[in-house]
Amino acid sequence: MNEIIQKKQLSDDVYLMRVKAPLIVEERLPGQFIMLQLDSDYGERIPLTIADANEEEGTISLIFQVVGKTTKDLSLLNVGDSIDNLVGPLGSPTHIDNFGRVVCVGGGIGVAPLHPIAQALKKAGNHVTIIIGARNKDLIVLEDEMRAIADELIVCTDDGSYGRKDLVTAPLKEACEADPKPDMAIAIGPPIMMKFCAETTRPYGVFTQVSLNTIMVDGTGMCGGCRVNVGDEVKFVCVDGPEFDGHKVDFDNMMNRLNSYKEIETSAHKCNIDKLAEAKK
Amino acid sequence: MTYIPPETLQKEADKLLQELIPKKDLMKAKERTRLPSQAMPAQDPNVRITNLDEVALGYTPEQARVEAMRCTQCKKQPCIAGCPVGIDIPRFIKHIADGEFQESINVIKEQSILPAICGRVCPQEVQCQLPCTVGKSLKDVNKAVSIGRLERFVSDWEREQGSVQIPAVKPATGKKVAIVGSGPAGLVVATDVRREGHDVTIFEAFHKPGGVVRYGIPEFRLPNTLVDADIDTLDKMGVKLETNFVVGRTRKLVDLMKKDGFDAVFVGSGAGLPMFMGIEGENLVGVFSANEYLTRANLMRAFERGAADTPIYKSKKVVVLGGGNVAMDAARMAKRLGAEQVYVVYRRTEVEMPARVEEVEHAKEEGIIFHFLQNASKIIGDDKGKVKAMECLRYELGEPDDSGRRRPVVIEGSEFEIEVDTVLVSIGNGSNPLIPQTTSEMEVNRWGNIVVNEGQKTSMDRVYAGGDIVLGAATVILAMGEGRRAAASINELLAES
Repeated sequence: MNEIIQKKQLSDDVYLMRVKAPLIVEERLPGQFIMLQLDSDYGERIPLTIADANEEEGTISLIFQVVGKTTKDLSLLNVGDSIDNLVGPLGSPTHIDNFGRVVCVGGGIGVAPLHPIAQALKKAGNHVTIIIGARNKDLIVLEDEMRAIADELIVCTDDGSYGRKDLVTAPLKEACEADPKPDMAIAIGPPIMMKFCAETTRPYGVFTQVSLNTIMVDGTGMCGGCRVNVGDEVKFVCVDGPEFDGHKVDFDNMMNRLNSYKEIETSAHKCNIDKLAEAKK
Repeated sequence: MTYIPPETLQKEADKLLQELIPKKDLMKAKERTRLPSQAMPAQDPNVRITNLDEVALGYTPEQARVEAMRCTQCKKQPCIAGCPVGIDIPRFIKHIADGEFQESINVIKEQSILPAICGRVCPQEVQCQLPCTVGKSLKDVNKAVSIGRLERFVSDWEREQGSVQIPAVKPATGKKVAIVGSGPAGLVVATDVRREGHDVTIFEAFHKPGGVVRYGIPEFRLPNTLVDADIDTLDKMGVKLETNFVVGRTRKLVDLMKKDGFDAVFVGSGAGLPMFMGIEGENLVGVFSANEYLTRANLMRAFERGAADTPIYKSKKVVVLGGGNVAMDAARMAKRLGAEQVYVVYRRTEVEMPARVEEVEHAKEEGIIFHFLQNASKIIGDDKGKVKAMECLRYELGEPDDSGRRRPVVIEGSEFEIEVDTVLVSIGNGSNPLIPQTTSEMEVNRWGNIVVNEGQKTSMDRVYAGGDIVLGAATVILAMGEGRRAAASINELLAES
């Protein structure tokens, strides 16, 4: 079950893995995610978005950045290894329609979940502008795949090592000011990026959908750990989302909640580094 | 109640039993009623708050026999009517009094499938023990015959003997039944349907089976080994288990029938989204649903700090909102995770608390502090968005409401603050939205619970449901009752077609 059939390091700490998951391939739709766990007893369950799927092979592609213990352990697995527990597809799929002109903004590995959505939007007949951004050239993922879909593709890096030296919000603002202005925007990436994308489009009245990646335990509507404030309501990302109206999401609270365990994790991480150092001696 | 060490309880019971054996069949009802109610041996409170091991240790054979002799074998047998699954209680108790433990558990198993679990978590004081003649004559429900403890005793005895019988399975019928969820309702349906020779597959969303019994009820109240034993029995009966499978998402419910050829489906997907108070500050860092807190500690083993990858919040002062069993579990877990002070805030009085009396007693022994007639009105955060205090209001009891309990009425201007760093919200669950969300044909009520008829059939052909997804948050025994009814309907359906 869940055998890894391809592993590719995309940059320093970003990996792509293709994993056998035929049932998930059959049902998955753009916008959905999976939860995985590497050890049935002591592993943590983490949500990851589905970047792509291959129906003939029965595989899904996961693109992830090493940010904590589980993603680190995952990056150490190799072709032929299996992921103990993999469940999905979870979350409500993206609403796909012919909206007209759509701007898709992906930041960092947020480009991965954006890929199937952009693909579906293009197929539905939309004019699709894609903006992808990253800190530097090494962290740009899926550029070729996105170029194949986009009517227009803009690449930005924070340090100017590739494409425009800009934040993604700059070309997004230009798109909003153009005539005709976009009918819709989709932003997926780090919370701070999604927050500022929403702030950029707000004055122009361009509906902006964001995809949230909060803390989750079960991912199936039981624990409530993923709750966010959306307008006047409290929503659960795992079953009500993961996509919401970016103009209504309380990003500051969400970012705070994402850091709930930061102190504990930082000390655990240090502890692991110590162990590694010890092992190397 | 003061804590009595297990050795003392055993010594007293042993001595008494020797005196009683010669006259065990001669005692009059009055004499039986006068026998001392046997206390449950428990781990020392000071020790148990540092571990996750089971608190209640279970009767010794001597204690069980003395307790069983307290039963007067009254003619009215009100206890049977008080049991949601109608166990022949006087008969199983008589066997214990006579030292016939195997015969006793056999009687229970005529009606119940999960006695080790029910003996531990059933709210007996509002079911079988409520109308008990012995309790009535002593004018104290807590002095009723301890039916639940006796049920636990014989089922543990059987397991420890290794004499658990695997239920017989009839020859294969070629019919397939899918069960959604491996909680109490699902396990019961699986057993009863498999017995008839049908091919049974249980689909579980989590990586381990058991549902609420695994992720929710803590080890110190219900050890996982018991759940493992029940799952093992099902395995030996030939029931298949698919973990990491979310019906509705991994496979649509209708596709289980259309694509995979299942002839009937039982939905026991359980309670869902935790309810919150809807007050200011509820999304601050340090506010958790009891579901999340307990799942981290139990299923994800965050109790074993250092070994588990799943973190759990470090707390000094914890407040739990709510008065049910889940609230007690959360409070006692917080204590075990090292919180210095744990408060339970409940807006009515102790009498109205829905938690089992034994759990409340245990919580008090462990130093949990109860604040009755109070409720949270606001959670206050620091400049980093973390909980630093909670504002409460005081209440008084007014007229009875729809539930028959006196309605708590707020006392205006009674606001006060308590300093806490963690708030655990335990005021109930909504229904799990996944099946209704992905199955448009399924009729649900306005709370999202699946609507069923008296045979547990849903609005969809060949689809049945039971447990919390139908009842809202209820109990293991009620889920089991529903499961047995659903299984009977499914067996009937499959016998016809």
